[in-house]
Amino acid sequence: MAHAEKSHTALIWKVFGLLSIITLVEVFLGIKKYDFLYLNNVLGTSWLNWIFLALTLVKAYYIAWYFMHLKEEKKWLRRSIVWSAIFLIAYLSFYLLTEGTALHDAKNLLFN
Amino acid sequence: MDVTLPNQSVKGTEGRPFNASYGKMMMWFFLVSDALTFSGFLGAYGLMRYKFIDTWPIADHVFTHVPFTHTPMPMIYVAFMTFILIFSSVTMVLAVDAGHQMNKKKVTIYMLLTIIGGLIFLGSQAWEWKHFISGDKGAIQLNDGQIIQFVKKDAEGHYYQIGLKEFATHSANERVQHTKSEGIWYKSEASVPEVTLAQVLDGLKNHPEIAIKTENIDLAKREKIIVSGVEATKLLAKAKQVVFGANLKVNEYGKTLFGDFFFFITGFHGFHVLSGILINIIIFFNVILGTYEKRGHYEMIEKAGLYWHFVDLVWVFVFTFFYLV
Repeated sequence: MAHAEKSHTALIWKVFGLLSIITLVEVFLGIKKYDFLYLNNVLGTSWLNWIFLALTLVKAYYIAWYFMHLKEEKKWLRRSIVWSAIFLIAYLSFYLLTEGTALHDAKNLLFN
Repeated sequence: MDVTLPNQSVKGTEGRPFNASYGKMMMWFFLVSDALTFSGFLGAYGLMRYKFIDTWPIADHVFTHVPFTHTPMPMIYVAFMTFILIFSSVTMVLAVDAGHQMNKKKVTIYMLLTIIGGLIFLGSQAWEWKHFISGDKGAIQLNDGQIIQFVKKDAEGHYYQIGLKEFATHSANERVQHTKSEGIWYKSEASVPEVTLAQVLDGLKNHPEIAIKTENIDLAKREKIIVSGVEATKLLAKAKQVVFGANLKVNEYGKTLFGDFFFFITGFHGFHVLSGILINIIIFFNVILGTYEKRGHYEMIEKAGLYWHFVDLVWVFVFTFFYLV
């Protein structure tokens, strides 16, 4: 293209700061492993693990939207990418993890 | 490739679904399929982890190495690796940004920084693999496949793991390494462990303070169950072999599957990083040669950037599911 586009440098560094802070929080929680977050079970895993999953998804969002420029793509290109991936991955993980628990129960029933 | 057509600008809309160039769109759909491959791997990991939820190794006890120190520090090293990759993503996106402004000099510098970041990450991963493969403490595998480790209480009453070499007796080792010069010339064997099972069991008799960390997890406390005395003796009666480090058949950290998934998933990710670096190097030289300046746009940086950010994106998930959760 002939004309120069507006630079997004400030935004990029902001996103980098955010990703770093989230990673630091994850590492901090991972080292501390507070009992009140870690020693409980909500829908198959601890609160701490749900927090990690949520923070991971936030990181994934910022990487995809601002580093991979999904934000600037046409709405339906974005949707064809994000919705397909999210639907298939959620579907796959739901069945695999449910099945894992079933395998565990069956194994313990047979061998313990 | 349509970007070489002279009558179309990269931002032109004619014949372009979603207003995106062919190359960029195909890169995106490749990444979607690659994301599904990685979810298959991580999903399989989750399946097996839930199946063996009460015996799976605890990551904090496995990935504790940090260069230049022997103090076990979980999380630190892998956090460093994560920062390296995020930072190389930043330099990549800065290169894309500089490309939009047709700033050749800046693109060159940022591409170079991205390549260096990728190389540091790969080097770090190689270091981690080396420590994972060679191991340091050692463990014993029982006849049923279970791995047992050895622990001692410190002054505050916390258990810490000790290495087999620290307590095994130093009786003469009757087993000699089979080498080509001292044996059958066409046969070789894997290196003989530095301590034998007999030496370990003998050493345990002189160290009654040493307890055994089993594979089993106390689900209420989420900690490995530690036994001593009669129960320990019962376990030791089933001892099969001494295990140092990790391979695809057995590892000193616990479940064999854990090691297999580690090699497979981080290996597959590392392979992506490697190919990303190669692509970046090719593009780096093309930037220097002025290929994209002649072409009139730096869209190639954007496409390679998508791949590079995807590698970072996958690492974010590997980091969570392998080291955090």
